[in-house]
Amino acid sequence: MNEELRDLYQDVIIEHSKRPRNNRALEAPANSAQGYNPLCGDQVKIYVRMDDGKVADVAFEGAGCAISTASASVMTETLKGMSADEAEALFTSFHDLVTGAAGPDDEDLGKLAVFGGVSEFPARVKCATLCWHTLRAAIAGQEDPVTTE
Amino acid sequence: MTASATAAERPTVTAFDPEAVRRDFPALHQEIHGHPLAFLDNAASSQRPRQVIEEIARFDSNDYANIHRGVHELSQRATAAYEGARDKVVRFINANDRKEIIFTRGTTDSINLVASSFARPVLNLGDEIIVTTMEHHSNIVPWQMICRERGAVIRVAPINDRGELEIEEFEKLLNPRTKLVAMVHVSNALGTINPVKRAIDAAHAKGVPVLLDGAQAIPHLRVDVQDLDVDFYAFSAHKMFGPTGVGVLYGKQALLESMPPYQGGGDMISVVTFEKTFYNGLPAKFEAGTPNITGVVGLGAAIDYLEQLDWGAVTAYEADLLDYGTELLEKIPGVKIIGTAEEKASVLSFLIDGIHPHDVGTILDRNGVAVRAGHHCAQPVMQRFSIPATTRASLAFYNNRDDIDALDRAIRNTIEVFS
Ligand SMILES: Cc1ncc(COP(=O)(O)O)c(C=O)c1O
Repeated sequence: MNEELRDLYQDVIIEHSKRPRNNRALEAPANSAQGYNPLCGDQVKIYVRMDDGKVADVAFEGAGCAISTASASVMTETLKGMSADEAEALFTSFHDLVTGAAGPDDEDLGKLAVFGGVSEFPARVKCATLCWHTLRAAIAGQEDPVTTE
Repeated sequence: MTASATAAERPTVTAFDPEAVRRDFPALHQEIHGHPLAFLDNAASSQRPRQVIEEIARFDSNDYANIHRGVHELSQRATAAYEGARDKVVRFINANDRKEIIFTRGTTDSINLVASSFARPVLNLGDEIIVTTMEHHSNIVPWQMICRERGAVIRVAPINDRGELEIEEFEKLLNPRTKLVAMVHVSNALGTINPVKRAIDAAHAKGVPVLLDGAQAIPHLRVDVQDLDVDFYAFSAHKMFGPTGVGVLYGKQALLESMPPYQGGGDMISVVTFEKTFYNGLPAKFEAGTPNITGVVGLGAAIDYLEQLDWGAVTAYEADLLDYGTELLEKIPGVKIIGTAEEKASVLSFLIDGIHPHDVGTILDRNGVAVRAGHHCAQPVMQRFSIPATTRASLAFYNNRDDIDALDRAIRNTIEVFS
């Protein structure tokens, strides 16, 4: 198989896309926001419950392609216990990773590092970042749907 | 071949030689990610032959100037080339008169012209426009906009599980409030060829005019607007091996005569004072402003290219290629073709079990296979089949079995990646 493809579709990503974690709704009281990628029609809804300024629980519904589903799944696993500022900082590092602005070793990304292969596929960056943009809106309590375009 | 040769002895070679045609298209001969390009995204836009590329370069290098206004030589040459292209379109779709051929920016623009200049004045509260479930957004949204403005409604003729129009249901929708039928000739998402003649006859029996969206029909079928008796026919040059930014609206002369202009500006008027303006006659009335002159010349060159092909042979070749592709894809476990109409042209829209089309598109691309993944600007079709998207391979006469074999291999590779 093509090496870049292998980097993109790492086992962890395929596995999360097939068995996503936290793929459910959260009961109120929780913030939620809707994200939409008009390019491919994918939709994701992110739920987040903040407690004492930290992420107490986070979950998602929807998504679509393997990259966007796995991204949402790994994101929800990573975020618990973080403050909004820490989540924002992690998003910045993740964004740098998938756009090729930073290498996978540049930051302490933990499991998120598996998305490093996305940087070779500019058409897929939005698949990986949609859930993060939507998370940011959910934390902020933003009503309007987030779109990638 | 001698006159005495029997049918069986005749060489099968005809005026259509797929490999020779392939050589005319420079873009096809390149490697993508280390694989020979298999360009199977023709429904989105087709490649251009050398003949079109060279004619555009020749025109721009020698004859270009603005049209319809110059006393000088270049303006006259450019006007002759532009109006000459109109004559080619007349012949190509067998229109009755050059006044019936309006150059537009493309199918979308042609449909918006009809929405604005034909539908707006005739639509009243409660009137209806009939479309089908398989329309491209460009044959839905302009009608929605004009219906909202006029208090009219859109009625939708359903399709069956094979992606075929339910023609009896369509006929039942026709009623005295129906002011227009707007229907796709060949579906870009499913490949379905609609029974447009029957639909047009049924509509005309109720006095209802019909617009056909011919964007996908023109590159695959020979269209005769008089034989169809269609009232409006819209198509784009870029899907028929010509340039982008130019297309055609055919309209029956009497209808076009009765319609107010679409846009105001230069070229569409005869006399302007601040008190009153006199509109130009057809077709200038609908061509305000400086048009896409080079694009129209390129469209003319694309028509020249298409007209030297043997279309009996082309359609037989395309049908054979589609059958070959259909058979191969049906043999792959987990692959399901969406759109299995009896009458179908050159589209293989499919799903792979458990793998999202966006991922399929990426992996196919790395195998040198260019396809489109998504809703194909036909979201109601996706809703009809309760799917978010499909992967679509769409063929042109320059594709061959190697392209289909590459698609087959790439799909198998995709399944492997996800196993
Ligand atoms: C069936 C159909 N109608 C209309 C259009 C719109 O054509 P254009 O974008 O050239 O205006 C397309 C192109 O995608 C199409 O496939």
